[in-house]
Amino acid sequence: MVSPRFLWNVCKSSFTFGLVGLTISDRIASVVHVRGFSMSPTFNPHIINSMESFSDDHVLVEKCCLADYKFSHGDVVVFSSPSNYKEKNLKRIIAMSGDWINRPHSYDMVKIPEGHCWVEGDNPTNSMDSRSFGPIPLGLIRGRVTHIVWPPQRIGKIDRKLPQGGLVF
Amino acid sequence: MQSWFKKLGSIARESAGRAALFAKFLCLLHVTNTYIFSPTLVYGPSMLPTLNLTGDVVLSEYISHRLGKVGTGDVVLIQSPENPRKVITKRIMGMEGESVVYLVDPSRSYRSRTVVVPKGHVWIQGDNIYASNDSRNYGPIPYGLIQGKVWCRVWPLNGFGTL
Repeated sequence: MVSPRFLWNVCKSSFTFGLVGLTISDRIASVVHVRGFSMSPTFNPHIINSMESFSDDHVLVEKCCLADYKFSHGDVVVFSSPSNYKEKNLKRIIAMSGDWINRPHSYDMVKIPEGHCWVEGDNPTNSMDSRSFGPIPLGLIRGRVTHIVWPPQRIGKIDRKLPQGGLVF
Repeated sequence: MQSWFKKLGSIARESAGRAALFAKFLCLLHVTNTYIFSPTLVYGPSMLPTLNLTGDVVLSEYISHRLGKVGTGDVVLIQSPENPRKVITKRIMGMEGESVVYLVDPSRSYRSRTVVVPKGHVWIQGDNIYASNDSRNYGPIPYGLIQGKVWCRVWPLNGFGTL
């Protein structure tokens, strides 16, 4: 027989735990599961044919950068997809507002508008990114990826880097 | 000496308890403010007949846009696509797949244009079409930029009520 007082205490502590956890994941950092191969050399380098793989990379996403939206070229960010707000994507910022960039399969240059950025996956053959939907508003960004936390042999920091080939002018 | 240390220890324990309580309160405040509702001060000319120029305090709720229950005609808070640090208040004129007819330059001509809102986007416009920087300038915006839905006006008191 469980006493009501014990039940009440369990409810109270789980509620508090939820509040604190939610606040930390919104304001400080959270852990995100990376699916797919659009960032392939950086995350999920080995192609495994199982659907929900346990060895997929898990990354730490910090949210402090959302206070002032200051990002730089080469940051890996999490953003909600412009065509479906429930879907989160993970890509690298290639260009910020004011930069000029080559549109793929054409020779005309595009200027990134105010408050927008250009995101691309590290795996150009298999990535749904700004090359198909254009520049995205910075407001869609939900956090910056800083570390890989799982699997254990791949724990490490994510570097800021730009792809070779000189896309940015 | 021993009793003095004991006293210090109990004071430290009590202050830690107070700090934890305060932190929990801040967490509760954060969760209420981001997931349920919060008061917001809105001002500016772009929503003029509905909201005052000098500033109204409105209650906005953050539940319906997460459930996808925001529709045409709702007044919403949106993170400006031109400046992510700014939140603007506009009315939704069209959801994805709908076609919107708008006046290109209302102060000079009656020339109108029709657009179809692409997938996952919304068309937003201010109620004051003469002084509003909205989708007519920067096109449809992604649904993910919607921050919340304006629910009712709290201040000034004579305008109290749902919008």
